[in-house]
Amino acid sequence: MHPSHMIPELLKLLAASLLLISFAMLSRRRTQRLITLFAWQGSVLFVSTLLVAYSAGLTELYYSATLTLLLKVIALPWILHRLTRRLGAQWDSETLVNIPITMLVGLGLVIFAFGLAQPISRMATTITRNTIGIALAVIFLAFLMMITRRKAITQVIGFLAMENGLFFAATSATYGMPMVIELGIALDLLVGFFILGIFFFQIREQFDSLDLSHLESLKEE
Amino acid sequence: MDLLIVLGLPLLGALLLALFGARTYAAELNAGMSFATLVAVAFLVLRVLRHGSLLALHEQFFVDSFNVFLVALTAFVGFTTALFSRPYMRIEEQRGRLSQQRLRLYHSMYQLFMAAMFLALLTNNMGLLWVAMEAATLSTVLLVSLYRTRASLEAAWKYFILCGVGIAQALFGTILLYFAAEHVLGRQGMTALLWTHLNAVKGQLEPRVLGLAFVFLLVGYGTKVGLAPLHNWLPDAHAEGPTPVSAVLSGLLLNVALYAVIRCKVLVEGSIGSYLPGRMLMTFGLLSAVLGAFFLWRQRDIKRLFGYSSIEHMGIITFAFGIGGPIANFAALLHMTVHSLTKSSIFFTAGHASQTAHTQQMDGIRGLVGISPTIGWGLMLGSLAILGMPPFGVFASEFLILTTAMREHPWTTPFLLIALGVAFAAIFRKVQPMVFGESDAPPLPHSPALVPVFIHLAIVLMLGVYMPFALADWYRAAARLIGG
Amino acid sequence: MSTLTIVRQFGEVLLAIAIAPLFAGWIAQCRAWLQNRSAPPLTQPYRMLRKLFHKDVALATDASPLFRMTPYILFGTMVLAAAIIPSVATDLPFARVADAIALIGLFATARVFLSLAAMDIGTAFGSMGARRDMMIGFLAEPALLMVLFNAFLLSGSTALPSVVEASTAHPFLIDPSLVFAAVAFLMVLLAENARIPIDNPATHLELTMIHEAMVLEFSARHLALVEWSSDLKLFNYACIGFALFLPWGIATHGADGGLTLGVAVIALLAKLIVAGAALALIESLSAKLRIFRAPEYLAMAFLLAVLGLLVHLLLGA
Repeated sequence: MHPSHMIPELLKLLAASLLLISFAMLSRRRTQRLITLFAWQGSVLFVSTLLVAYSAGLTELYYSATLTLLLKVIALPWILHRLTRRLGAQWDSETLVNIPITMLVGLGLVIFAFGLAQPISRMATTITRNTIGIALAVIFLAFLMMITRRKAITQVIGFLAMENGLFFAATSATYGMPMVIELGIALDLLVGFFILGIFFFQIREQFDSLDLSHLESLKEE
Repeated sequence: MDLLIVLGLPLLGALLLALFGARTYAAELNAGMSFATLVAVAFLVLRVLRHGSLLALHEQFFVDSFNVFLVALTAFVGFTTALFSRPYMRIEEQRGRLSQQRLRLYHSMYQLFMAAMFLALLTNNMGLLWVAMEAATLSTVLLVSLYRTRASLEAAWKYFILCGVGIAQALFGTILLYFAAEHVLGRQGMTALLWTHLNAVKGQLEPRVLGLAFVFLLVGYGTKVGLAPLHNWLPDAHAEGPTPVSAVLSGLLLNVALYAVIRCKVLVEGSIGSYLPGRMLMTFGLLSAVLGAFFLWRQRDIKRLFGYSSIEHMGIITFAFGIGGPIANFAALLHMTVHSLTKSSIFFTAGHASQTAHTQQMDGIRGLVGISPTIGWGLMLGSLAILGMPPFGVFASEFLILTTAMREHPWTTPFLLIALGVAFAAIFRKVQPMVFGESDAPPLPHSPALVPVFIHLAIVLMLGVYMPFALADWYRAAARLIGG
Repeated sequence: MSTLTIVRQFGEVLLAIAIAPLFAGWIAQCRAWLQNRSAPPLTQPYRMLRKLFHKDVALATDASPLFRMTPYILFGTMVLAAAIIPSVATDLPFARVADAIALIGLFATARVFLSLAAMDIGTAFGSMGARRDMMIGFLAEPALLMVLFNAFLLSGSTALPSVVEASTAHPFLIDPSLVFAAVAFLMVLLAENARIPIDNPATHLELTMIHEAMVLEFSARHLALVEWSSDLKLFNYACIGFALFLPWGIATHGADGGLTLGVAVIALLAKLIVAGAALALIESLSAKLRIFRAPEYLAMAFLLAVLGLLVHLLLGA
């Protein structure tokens, strides 16, 4: 088979595995597994961006693929691993999550995302147009993960996973945003991540734990 | 060139304060940089008044009648807040709540925050707008947790996560916008995200995609506006951060976030050709106004109380933009201005009031007039102004909004009246014993900088009694631009 | 129906019967290597079968004819299943009369008889094992069906040979939905064949065992047949997996020269070696779940399979 026909199929496959990783993240309780999965998600993203860059012949996308590799596959997971180790949180696991129900809700979200993405997919001219629904689903699933988790680090991983979904959405709908914007987003992400890292230490200093259930004093009585 | 100076000065300030922020003169440096920015903005405003709207730097930045008045407002409140924060933060430092290092962080982040807001207001690029909004959030997160208490950490975490998620939705909306624009404008020349270009071709943008994009943009930026069901972060962040930060959050950040929503609304309405975006704004606005008003009743913390009041007022402004049309837009712009001025002055006095009483709990604050008449009367007048008492400007804008709503959407009037009535009763009942009553607390060690309070209130009063022609023209031009 | 087809059919069944214990032995050996134990020889399952066949049957006094029939029924169903699954070639006369849904029925029959036999003696362990096994089967079957539906949707047929032929027609394409289905299938395979994380085939710890609890009362040639049929079941599941997800090498319709058959057998062996090692790796890396978590595990398998269907329908393959 001619390679140019294979790329769209391969991209679909990568998109599906992105979704699969999102579901795996939803079902994992251990923090360290989550970080590994996040790194995997980044790598899939990197490969798919490379493929899109190759097939569309866009130099810009090569840069953002490199950015993805550096930031999301290498730097962030590494820092997260180090952080968890320094905070002694690598064996933390969540206890309060009812996973089958979460998965069921996730399934509903996937259907919803596909429904939302239909009109966009029909309009798009990119070779990746079918995967916009999956990108949206990845965003929603990360959102769900942030809602259901109670640990600071897992919430952050959810946040980063959401950003991955957004990046994938940008790649599949429009071959990526303009480079300036892409850089700005990456910068914001990095800065935000560092602020969160500072937060981890502040929270642990104050509460002796990274469990966010302590952070529930500010409520309307 | 003026534009670059406006953007560059706060950045320079952030850099300088990051270096020298721990010195004793840091607060003066902060105020000085803010003043310099204000002067630069004044020149910019003069130029726009004389030559009309302008584009700069490959059209990446632009000033039109809508954003120029927000730029002026931002620079002004930024400067007065810097003035206020000088004695306020000194007292906090003396009381051992903050160290020199924290003050350095505070001053530097303050300037960075101003820079991010100017960038958000001045950029013509919807993607850059997103980046600037996110930068504004990031720079304030550490300010909210400045005291490093449990409550402030919780508030900052909530602020970060909620706004982070919200802003992620906005990014998706922006991606969709780019997607739709790319079909019309193409990828070349980076014009596909420029608002001026988008505005020119808004009729050709695919309505279904833009409709979807608007939902995401509204949810995303709406979280930062503090629109009701997404408002959870707002009262916490206002209550737990230092008071100057509460003042700029309420007075400026909410405005800028709403500005982003309105820019999007203009595009989407032009593309869809229906009132749907307006209706969505009205619904969210009304909900926030009513919910915010009812939550006022249950507050014990003075800064939380006025945080909820901000939700209520942002709701009213959003509602007015939702109605659309020249009069409602005019009223909304006016209300934006007066709310921002009044609310920041209230936070100034509330900050000093809680410093005097050593607590933010309203039960503990009593007899402010006796201790310091300026603080007491400042709080009283500010509260009366925010409650919409004539002759303050808030009355004028609320009156305009109410009459327009009665004429165009009569069913909304009872809700608006309930919100205003409930807010009035709740705030007045709580402020009255704080201002009058008995107390034996000693006065503050540093004389509070209450000049900004009375300047703000004087402007609000003036806007209620007499509006300068130039300003009215300005508002009218902006209202026309927003249309709807 | 030519003689060649019949020969091929029987050859395939005999091959399955012959190498099923070898596959089980290979997994045991890989596990031993991975766990730093000295491995039993590959032929260990055969030796055990031979030894068991030479022993005399010891029957419980309460055993009914059902108990004595069960090992033969089990073995028979598994052999029949092996005949349906296209492990080497797709042109099988048996496969034409029974599709994959009938295959699931066969597995279910075997399960019912084994459970009945386990309860027949009336020991506590037997009943407990039977109960647990029924629960797992009850949860695993829908998941397996969903996995199969994924493949059916792609090929438009419920017969396994057509599934194989449809997917060998596009040798380099893996439909995205199959990624989900494959993961779900792997989970079902582990659960259905009494392996970690649901059950541990090597344990005789009272509280945790499922499959072993059911076969405690069997002895001698009965036990040999039960063991053999569970080896066959694992082999069959592996072959279903190959048919659905890794169909490369299987001799398709029309290509029935001796050479392709030889290639197909070699491909099957290679796939078995890799799959066995992978299974051993998974088993060594994961911990056994408490029995209460089994429904969660299988629900996830089911959801993944459904997700695969969704992806297929919505991605518009």
